[in-house]
Amino acid sequence: MRKVLYYLPLFAFLALALFLLSGLFSDPRERDSASLNKALPEFALADVMQPDKIWTPSELKGETYLLNVWGTWCPTCNAELGYLTELRQQGVKIVGLYYELPRDPAFDAPFILAELQKDVQQKLQQQGDPYQFNMLDIDRSLSLDLGVSGAPETFIVDADGIIRAHHIGDINPLVWRSKLAPIYQEWRKP
Amino acid sequence: MSRLACLLILLFSVNALCQEVLSFDTDAQRQLYQDLTAELRCPQCQNQNIADSNAVVAVDMRQKTYQLIREGQDRQQVVDYMINRYGDFVHYLPPVNRYTLWLWLLPLLMLLALFATGVYRRSRQTSALETPEVNTSAVELDQLIARYRSKKP
Repeated sequence: MRKVLYYLPLFAFLALALFLLSGLFSDPRERDSASLNKALPEFALADVMQPDKIWTPSELKGETYLLNVWGTWCPTCNAELGYLTELRQQGVKIVGLYYELPRDPAFDAPFILAELQKDVQQKLQQQGDPYQFNMLDIDRSLSLDLGVSGAPETFIVDADGIIRAHHIGDINPLVWRSKLAPIYQEWRKP
Repeated sequence: MSRLACLLILLFSVNALCQEVLSFDTDAQRQLYQDLTAELRCPQCQNQNIADSNAVVAVDMRQKTYQLIREGQDRQQVVDYMINRYGDFVHYLPPVNRYTLWLWLLPLLMLLALFATGVYRRSRQTSALETPEVNTSAVELDQLIARYRSKKP
């Protein structure tokens, strides 16, 4: 009994050290998403290129796809465009959700759709265009409903419109192969 | 001197401009807004509440909180609205469940263990005091020491 007590501080220290060590390698941004396994929230968003076209959740059903939250202002999003384009060429359907930044009425120029369209077109020509189409989330209401904390973020939505994955951060070959591809394959209808 | 005063006035006027101007129907609503923005956590810049943070998502969440309060929703409804979207992470008061129970239980258990050790040690001390002192002569003590030493390698 005494011997055990004698070693107790050492064991307590080792346990604490191990716990803290594991913290060094954990990603603080990694957390459970609240939108997993829920249906896509209701929305009616205009297409970036054809503003007359309004997209609703029911129109997106029928095929498993990636919903990629991005903006031309976001460097990480621009960096992943190339790899996403490769995925598109492999047959992955990718829908863009354009995350427009808020504008301060006192300092910023007002929002002009034509300028955004030019910006988007230019960026996609430079980096590659992975998107079937882009929906404009001008007040970020759908992003808020989806629990998006910034860009880039990507969701895997299955053919019935249920969210199956929520990835915070960029998509690169490593992330795709280890984390997202298995989920995408699982929910892809043959 | 007047130049300094001018500078100070300029400085404070900028500060005043930076404050968000929000109108509420009642003081209770204003208080609720201040409480909620202080206890809702920004998902982007971690370890800041949404009142502190100027991340886009924090600005949006503040706006949503304001809108929901103006619609007459109470504290729990607003918190639930945010938790539904951003998970328990978003609230600085985590719910008690089987994972978070230890946050409350562990300090209590440690306190209990400390108390128990204290009681145990005290009881041993008093029992040691109560045992009568054995009246041994110096010779007997020397013998005992010699025997003890001889046992040791």
